[in-house]
Amino acid sequence: MYKIIRKRILNSSVKSMDILAPKIAKKAEPGQFIILRVREDGERIPLTIADYDREEGTVTITFQEVGKTTMLLGNLEEGDNILDFVGPLGVPTNLEGYKKVAVIGGGLGAAIAYPQAKKIHSLGGEVHTIIGFRNKDIVILEEEMKAVSSKSFVTTDDGSYGKKGFVTDILKQLIDEGNDYDLVVAIGPLIMMKVVSDLTREYGIKTIVSMNPIMIDGTGMCGGCRVTVGGEVKFACVDGPDFDGHLIDFDEAMRRQGMYKEKEHKCRIGLGGN
Amino acid sequence: MANMSLKKVEINTRDPEERNKDFKEVVLGYTEEQAMEEAERCLQCKHKPCVKGCPVHVKIPEFIKLVAEGDFEGAYQKIKETNSLPAVCGRVCPQETQCEELCVRGIKGEPVAIGRLERFVADWHMKNIEDKKLNIKSNNKKVAIIGSGPAGLSCAGDLAKLGYKVTIFEAFHVAGGVLMYGIPEFRLPKAIVQKEIDSLKEMGVEIDTNMVIGRVFSINELKDKGYEAVFIGTGAGLPSFMGIPGENYNGVYTANEFLTRINLMKAYKFPESDTPVYVGKKVAVFGGGNVAMDAARSAKRLGAEDVYIVYRRSEEEMPARVEEVHHAKEEGIIFKLLSNPTRILGTEDGWVRAIECIDMELGEPDASGRRRPIPIEGSEKEIEVETVVIAIGQSPNPLIKATTEGLETHSWGGIIVDEATGATSIPGVYAGGDAVTGAATVILAMGAGKTAANAIDEYLTK
Ligand SMILES: Cc1cc2nc3c(=O)[nH]c(=O)nc-3n(C[C@H](O)[C@H](O)[C@H](O)COP(=O)(O)OP(=O)(O)OC[C@H]3O[C@@H](n4cnc5c(N)ncnc54)[C@H](O)[C@@H]3O)c2cc1C
Ligand SMILES: Cc1cc2nc3c(=O)[nH]c(=O)nc-3n(C[C@H](O)[C@H](O)[C@H](O)COP(=O)(O)OP(=O)(O)OC[C@H]3O[C@@H](n4cnc5c(N)ncnc54)[C@H](O)[C@@H]3O)c2cc1C
Ligand code: SF4
Ligand code: SF4
Ligand code: FES
Repeated sequence: MYKIIRKRILNSSVKSMDILAPKIAKKAEPGQFIILRVREDGERIPLTIADYDREEGTVTITFQEVGKTTMLLGNLEEGDNILDFVGPLGVPTNLEGYKKVAVIGGGLGAAIAYPQAKKIHSLGGEVHTIIGFRNKDIVILEEEMKAVSSKSFVTTDDGSYGKKGFVTDILKQLIDEGNDYDLVVAIGPLIMMKVVSDLTREYGIKTIVSMNPIMIDGTGMCGGCRVTVGGEVKFACVDGPDFDGHLIDFDEAMRRQGMYKEKEHKCRIGLGGN
Repeated sequence: MANMSLKKVEINTRDPEERNKDFKEVVLGYTEEQAMEEAERCLQCKHKPCVKGCPVHVKIPEFIKLVAEGDFEGAYQKIKETNSLPAVCGRVCPQETQCEELCVRGIKGEPVAIGRLERFVADWHMKNIEDKKLNIKSNNKKVAIIGSGPAGLSCAGDLAKLGYKVTIFEAFHVAGGVLMYGIPEFRLPKAIVQKEIDSLKEMGVEIDTNMVIGRVFSINELKDKGYEAVFIGTGAGLPSFMGIPGENYNGVYTANEFLTRINLMKAYKFPESDTPVYVGKKVAVFGGGNVAMDAARSAKRLGAEDVYIVYRRSEEEMPARVEEVHHAKEEGIIFKLLSNPTRILGTEDGWVRAIECIDMELGEPDASGRRRPIPIEGSEKEIEVETVVIAIGQSPNPLIKATTEGLETHSWGGIIVDEATGATSIPGVYAGGDAVTGAATVILAMGAGKTAANAIDEYLTK
């Protein structure tokens, strides 16, 4: 059992929790994730390690309530327990030696990108952050991002906050203004990562994206998380989740992610309630 | 007077048309009378050929004699001398290529039903006898076991009996390895596996689940934590793909994913459980081993109308247990033999719609001694399916190798060990089971766990 030490509500559907898991906190690095199971007969779902406190022994997760498991999780309160919590899984992102990096987060991806921005900043690299959202109501982590970057931007699709438009508009502008990034980190919906990767490919800037396919074990055993990278099959849970954005077959990844959409949705309707 | 019937006493089995709709156990087992009658078929051969066929040398004629005499608990104790998981082995051992293959009764007629008797004895014991609490004197030496499959469980059990403080580290949220997540309930009830695990816990073995070794701790760190020896029993979990076009369409599963969703995550209870599995009306399973049979029979139980086993050789070469092939056929699984998948075809939105297979013929024997299948040009055909399960084999997961400096492995991933002891290239670190041999059998994994337990004891007491 893993205790929820703190719970924060970031916006109407995004929550954040600090979970007591000292062994994981001790080893966690940016780019890694955990797999949790809320209750008996529950699903195993992967969530990024959004932060960690080695001294307190806590691991922070930030999640969007999109389906059954994330909603069950969101209903838990401080002091409650999570049944299973495994990690740290995946390969840590290699962030050493970069001088100037643009970190881009789309929606919930802002939370996943934050530890990366923080790490690059702490290693002495210059960080520019761009985080994008659908509208003003769901903006998260603006202050945190600001604190670890020399330039930070917020975009909204409808212009209700920050700059109107997409994260790529700002990125293009920054590059064209002469910012010579040696790395771009892009984390968010697949379509956003695809568009960013297409842009940076033109400029020849190395780009890391974080893939989030459907997973079960997280140890390289089921192959459910496979993604095609440079024509080769890779398992996101053990070879990733970070990959070179210029080599990913995004179209395939988008198809595979939708595999259970209909099935689970139907079931939830069947259960009544929502 | 021995029972000279040429046939085994029939075992009670559920009706195929009823059982292929649920996950309850297919084979019901012998009654006491049936067991004693079958036991009478054993001739008590002096040279015991059957024992040579058993990887852990179960004292076969001795235990069968006790069964014939009605001393079932005595028989259980006899089996337990060399086999720590009789209820499991009696159910899943490929007896026809092991103990029963060498049974003299098999020369003319059917061999003695050694496996069924073993199962009977183990089940009888579970039902009737409360295990006595062993009085074990601790020697205060700590040993770490990585992985809780049959290799890890048997190694842990033997070391615990000798007084070691044993901790098993398991990556999943439950212990048992393939016995829990791979082999389905209808062939090996999970309650039986759980009982074996509970009895280990009673002996003082600690089971630490949710621990992916290599990530949360390295093997070196385990040593720093005071574990004086380590046994690696991490199995062969890395799924193989065919390398044919279309394997990433939605609806294509590896057998590991398919069976894990069903067994471990209980997708057969969805939506009561939270994990879904997608099974179309027509399902093709690639492969001819136990894994393929389990996937096919599970698909049928989840409502598929037509389930095909697509295997490139003939039935004779199939590595699956004979009993499973027989049960699969009874349950209505369709066998497409001498047929090899060449492509998976998809719909525009990326779901499986069909497979293309090519007919094969058998040529000269290959390295494995089986006749090599050769494609017959121009014989490609399409079969419409919505789900594909790839069950063509697994190899050892590279995580331990990648995170353990100095651990030597074969190019295909198997850990290199000294066969007599299970010792790896790192002093104090032992390995066994599928992690060493590649995908093999429960009984071999168990045997390897025992061998290593002995060697670890010797290493730590010298
Ligand atoms: C390595 C990794 C890290 C992740 N990190 C985070 C994180 O930090 N915070 C967070 O909120 N989510 C994260 N995700 C996604 C998260 O795992 C899914 O949102 C979650 O599994 C949904 O479970 P559910 O039961 O609530 O929803 P379900 O009922 O299973 O699904 C609801 C909807 O979400 C879609 N969905 C299912 N799985 C995924 C997935 N893996 N990615 C995207 N959409 C999915 C379904 O198609 C469906 O439309 C991560 C995924 C991976 C693989
Ligand atoms: C579907 C299926 C059907 C089968 N049917 C039969 C049959 O009928 N008869 C038969 O004899 N054999 C059968 N087998 C084969 C048999 O199950 C295996 O040979 C046997 O289980 C191997 O045992 P093991 O202990 O080596 O590994 P496993 O049973 O694979 O157990 C390994 C364990 O280690 C854990 N692990 C892996 N990596 C780590 C890590 N880094 N840290 C912590 N834990 C880790 C895994 O989660 C797993 O629990 C079947 C196999 C499958 C998949
Ligand atoms: S353990 Fe397996 S091979 Fe040995 S006697 Fe029992 S069934 Fe036969
Ligand atoms: S070979 Fe067959 S008949 Fe002979 S002792 Fe073994 S089981 Fe009995
Ligand atoms: S989640 Fe199973 S292999 Fe990656």
